[in-house]
Amino acid sequence: MTPGNGEDAGAIRVEGLTKRFRSFTAVDNVTLLVRRGEVLGLLGPNGAGKSTLIRMLCGIMRPTAGCVHVAGINVVEHAEAVRQHLGYVSQKFSLYDDLTAAENLRLFGGLYGLGGQALVARVQWALAISGLDGKGDVLTRDLGGGLRRRLALGCAMLHRPPILILDEPTSGIDPMLRRQFWELIHQFAAEGVTALVSTHYLDEADYCNRLALMSAGRLVALGTPHELRYAAARGDLVRVECDAPVRAAEMLKAVPGVHDVAIFGNALHVSITNMEPEAALRASLEARGIACMSIEAIEPSLEDVFAQRLGSDSREEPAD
Amino acid sequence: MLRRVFRLLVKELLQIRRDRFALIGLCAFPIMELLIYAYAASFEVRNVTMAVLDRDHSQESREFLSHLVASGRFKITVIARDPGDIVRSIDSSNVGAALQINAGFAELLQKGRNAPVQVIFDGTDSNTALIARGYIEEIVAGLAGDRLRNRLNHLAPRLTPLLPEVRLAQRPWYNRDLRSRWFFVPGVIGAIALVEVLCLGPVLVVRERESGTLEQLIVTPLRPIEMLLGKAAPIFLIGLINVFLLVAIAIAWFRLPFSGSVSALLAGTVLFLFSTLGISLLLSTSSSTIQQAFAMGFFFVIPALALSGLIFPIASMPVALQWLTYVDPLRYFLVVLRDTFLKGSGIDLLWPQLFAMGLLSVVLFSASALAFRKSLD
Ligand SMILES: Nc1ncnc2c1ncn2[C@@H]1O[C@H](COP(=O)(O)OP(=O)(O)O)[C@@H](O)[C@H]1O
Ligand SMILES: [Mg+2]
Repeated sequence: MTPGNGEDAGAIRVEGLTKRFRSFTAVDNVTLLVRRGEVLGLLGPNGAGKSTLIRMLCGIMRPTAGCVHVAGINVVEHAEAVRQHLGYVSQKFSLYDDLTAAENLRLFGGLYGLGGQALVARVQWALAISGLDGKGDVLTRDLGGGLRRRLALGCAMLHRPPILILDEPTSGIDPMLRRQFWELIHQFAAEGVTALVSTHYLDEADYCNRLALMSAGRLVALGTPHELRYAAARGDLVRVECDAPVRAAEMLKAVPGVHDVAIFGNALHVSITNMEPEAALRASLEARGIACMSIEAIEPSLEDVFAQRLGSDSREEPAD
Repeated sequence: MLRRVFRLLVKELLQIRRDRFALIGLCAFPIMELLIYAYAASFEVRNVTMAVLDRDHSQESREFLSHLVASGRFKITVIARDPGDIVRSIDSSNVGAALQINAGFAELLQKGRNAPVQVIFDGTDSNTALIARGYIEEIVAGLAGDRLRNRLNHLAPRLTPLLPEVRLAQRPWYNRDLRSRWFFVPGVIGAIALVEVLCLGPVLVVRERESGTLEQLIVTPLRPIEMLLGKAAPIFLIGLINVFLLVAIAIAWFRLPFSGSVSALLAGTVLFLFSTLGISLLLSTSSSTIQQAFAMGFFFVIPALALSGLIFPIASMPVALQWLTYVDPLRYFLVVLRDTFLKGSGIDLLWPQLFAMGLLSVVLFSASALAFRKSLD
């Protein structure tokens, strides 16, 4: 029950976590340790089960199986004891539109047990970090998307929780504002806050210390962005531009030395080992009458990691 | 705990204050409903159109007709010349009633014999027909009484003081509409409060679920029961204010006598609001959309009104339905309202009703707290 059972307990410990809705498994046997002070990105296409996982971490939803410890507290058994240690921003914007920014902050601060001068000071602080200094009396519905998101973050941090869980906090806001938002997250991380942030924007992966990749309810990869890029991609990666990419992909999979083929628009990313790539690939394609425009070696990106881990047919194009 | 409930209450009141439509709705609609029901739903019948065939042309027949018109209940719109006229005007729905006075009416009266008058009603609106018939009988009885007294005055003047009962018998008839309003208005106050509380629950609870703010509340240290209380508190306040506003209107505008104990009415109102809040929260926590909550609320309200005794007397319902009325909080509140208003009752007499509503509140609140917990999984 007491928070912080030594360093190795981690900030969030998830073991065999599963959630089923009737026969559908939204989260499938996920085991994960979030270390203290790290920014962990939870990446996955829509429907991967990120929100469901996060809801169980926050004690909003009961798991079907498995267990979750947050700040050393068993969430399933003592959901209420976890609240003070946790700041949560849900995927949907969830402050009151018909209250002003300051009224929202006062409400949530008050619910977290702040009062008097302490509450006033924290509300001031939250307005400042949201970029709303002096605009506390503006109705929340009249704020722009970026400001609203930052206000929600400020709101979640009012009670100084050591752990912050953000569910797609940046979805739907423009890239400039997204970067500002991430800077804020890192500002908290620098002060020792552990952050778990879900996103479906792959380009945000590099803002995270470590990444957890989710697909169809499963955790498919876990590591630093660098590790995932290089450890995941076996051998070399080449980009092939050609006619009829779908037919070409089918065909190339049968070529010896080819590990994996993924379609990206009208090009293919092919991972291969121990062969002279260009000549062999070009030869096999042209033998089937497929014209080949260019073949070049490329650095693997997270998209490639995704494509490889998730399998090219079940892969969903990340919306951006 | 109370501080957190209070925070939530402040937030709800801020939101209501910002919502202009809600402000108007919460004050104006209940008053409007009370006025509409009190005026429209009394059992009074006025200005029934009537065709008249007078074949006697005597002073007595004219006097009889002028009594009918003077009562304000009937309006003679067709002077018929033969029975065919009467049939035609009834058939074409031109009139609601027709009256035929046969030749010899005056003569029979003077001889002290029965003087038959024939009345035909359009039974399509059977309720109106029944009540109008009551009025005619009453007017005829009044006239007969007058005649009887006059004759008695002639024959045996000393016997007349024994007769005033004949006239007294008319009293309840003439006050009938007033009485029905007295009986009806307190009941309507209860019905309005019921509907209001049932509508507000889904608006306040399901709205949060739909907008996602519920999730944000759940991750705070707010406990489920505190959340329910925080939602219940503003609805309770609004309901209380409304009931007392409507009671004030009933007394000041409709001149209802209030002779009972104020504390009994207050206790009854509080417990009634608690028990309906229990239902309202139960509907809201077990619905995922406002439409769903309203649909269920609708299916609850109609039987709740029907079984409450507001319109149909409980004593004349089949036994199975009578049993069902015991879980209808409005049933108990109606008794409290009517008895404090009309009978002057106090807590000493009304405690069974208060106890029943208290029991319903506890059961329903617990059920809604459970439903709320379940709805999160
Ligand atoms: N309450 C629920 N009932 C039934 N299915 C659900 C529920 N919540 C989520 N799901 C399903 O679980 C899957 C994962 O959803 P979610 O966790 O929201 O994914 P993500 O956040 O990664 O987009 C989806 O297919 C969704 O339809
Ligand atoms: Mg999601």
